[in-house]
Amino acid sequence: MRNEHFRNPISETAPVRWALILAVLAFLALFVLLPLLVVFTQAFREGWSAYFSALGEPDAVSAIRLTLLVAAIAVPANLIFGLAASWAIAKFDFKGKAFLITLIDLPFSVSPVISGLVYVLLFGANSVLGPFLKSHGLQVVFAVPGIVLATIFVTFPFVARELIPLMQEQGTGDEEAAISLGANGWQAFWYVTLPNIKWGLLYGVLLCNARAMGEFGAVSVVSGHIRGLTNTMPLHVEILYNDYNIVGAFAVASLLALLALLTLVLRTILETQYGSELSATQKH
Amino acid sequence: MASARSAARWHWKTPSVIPGFGLTLGFTLAYLTLIILIPLAGLAWRSASLGWSDFVRLVLDPRTLGALKVSFSTALIAAVVNVIFGVVTAWVLVRYNFPGRRIVDAIVDLPFAIPTAVAGIALTAIYAPNGLLGSHLAPLGIKVAYTPLGIIVALIAIGLPFVVRTVQPVMQEISREVEEAAASLGASRLQTIFRVILPGLTPAILTGFALALARGIGEYGSVIFIAGNIPFVSEIAPLLIVIRLEEFDYGAATAIATVMLVISFLMLFLINFIQAWSRRRFGHAQ
Repeated sequence: MRNEHFRNPISETAPVRWALILAVLAFLALFVLLPLLVVFTQAFREGWSAYFSALGEPDAVSAIRLTLLVAAIAVPANLIFGLAASWAIAKFDFKGKAFLITLIDLPFSVSPVISGLVYVLLFGANSVLGPFLKSHGLQVVFAVPGIVLATIFVTFPFVARELIPLMQEQGTGDEEAAISLGANGWQAFWYVTLPNIKWGLLYGVLLCNARAMGEFGAVSVVSGHIRGLTNTMPLHVEILYNDYNIVGAFAVASLLALLALLTLVLRTILETQYGSELSATQKH
Repeated sequence: MASARSAARWHWKTPSVIPGFGLTLGFTLAYLTLIILIPLAGLAWRSASLGWSDFVRLVLDPRTLGALKVSFSTALIAAVVNVIFGVVTAWVLVRYNFPGRRIVDAIVDLPFAIPTAVAGIALTAIYAPNGLLGSHLAPLGIKVAYTPLGIIVALIAIGLPFVVRTVQPVMQEISREVEEAAASLGASRLQTIFRVILPGLTPAILTGFALALARGIGEYGSVIFIAGNIPFVSEIAPLLIVIRLEEFDYGAATAIATVMLVISFLMLFLINFIQAWSRRRFGHAQ
């Protein structure tokens, strides 16, 4: 410490640094942490027993069950799509690839309400397919199939978006070596590609699942809000909240918040442990 | 697939020994068409069958215009706030070392993971006149919940990660030598930041801004609880779509949705354009 007043010319002075850090912490505390905290304080404001009886209520249980069911269909569907799309896009060169990637990203820029609306227009009572569906006793809108479709639409890009850049970075050398050594396509995928992308894949599935379970707008439009039948957890939160059942609403919301926290913790673990095996360009 | 054997001929796919192209691309296109393209085309077709004069009449309906105006103005203000705090947050995370930096980095992603309805009721509980902060703001004459200000608060909370996550990776790649060069040539720190660092970040900042704006315009779940939903004042366009649907006014719902869809496609186009321009200009992908 020869010169006490030495200032690093390519950084800010200490007071500026700390002021910026504190500003960021205050901003995040106000807009992100405080709402999260409020979810739990409101959920427990009448004690543990009120919390658990709110969660044990039949409508809440059926909402939880429906949410799990919808995610159990939507996530694997988008997982298979993500694997197929990233294999086609990352392992081959063809014209129109950039346009295809843009199309895959499309659902990110569509309002959730519109994502639900398109299915109401396609399968609803006064749509082209409506009379046909009705005569065959099939109900898509205001029923579980519609909720599943809207959820698939909204979570469509998540797995593909995670895998495409990762597989592009890894190139095609490993698979070409496997094929030239006599492996068939499935063997090359199963024994060579999958081990390389497993953490990125898990990451994409986690994000996809969090969104699938938490989606509100799209599902709200197609659900019809029938208690015990077509209410997912986020929709049940809305109904309880509008009934002034604050403990109930925040109790169900706290489960969704826990899911979000769990997703983030797993994400952070994945990034610290296997950061090099995740794609460098993570968006969304 | 094997038809592209002659190198002299134009082919749309580079030959490869890896199998599965037909299967995976075929499945990708079929799934994309069924889940995304046909439903969106259905909306466009439904909108076109309204006829031009009906479509214009529905879009120019004062309540529709009011809702679109509320959605745009609040999303714009929130996106600007997010740009300022997003750039500062990214800077703090990339450049400074402080205890808990990794945790802060993880917290930034929380708005992506938290369901919108959960964020919506929590923010309302905070900013309602009898809420945690709302009760302290009310005596000062500041009303947040059930006003457009509440919409802006919700959109800031939801849109924060977009700017941080697009700017952060680009910031990480800035070489410190340019800053050293600027400093040794006599630039003050502020001059270095505004004339050397920020210009290189502009494409990433614009991309993040456009993403946050697009998300804000379409956002529904976090807004409807806190907004108060008063027509012409705090009623957002996505909510008006839902209201029209509940009135079985499919024409009006379709018209509003079409306008919003066209706007989001324009923004998507803009984002792609910014990224292509930035690749040419600065040679990195963001």
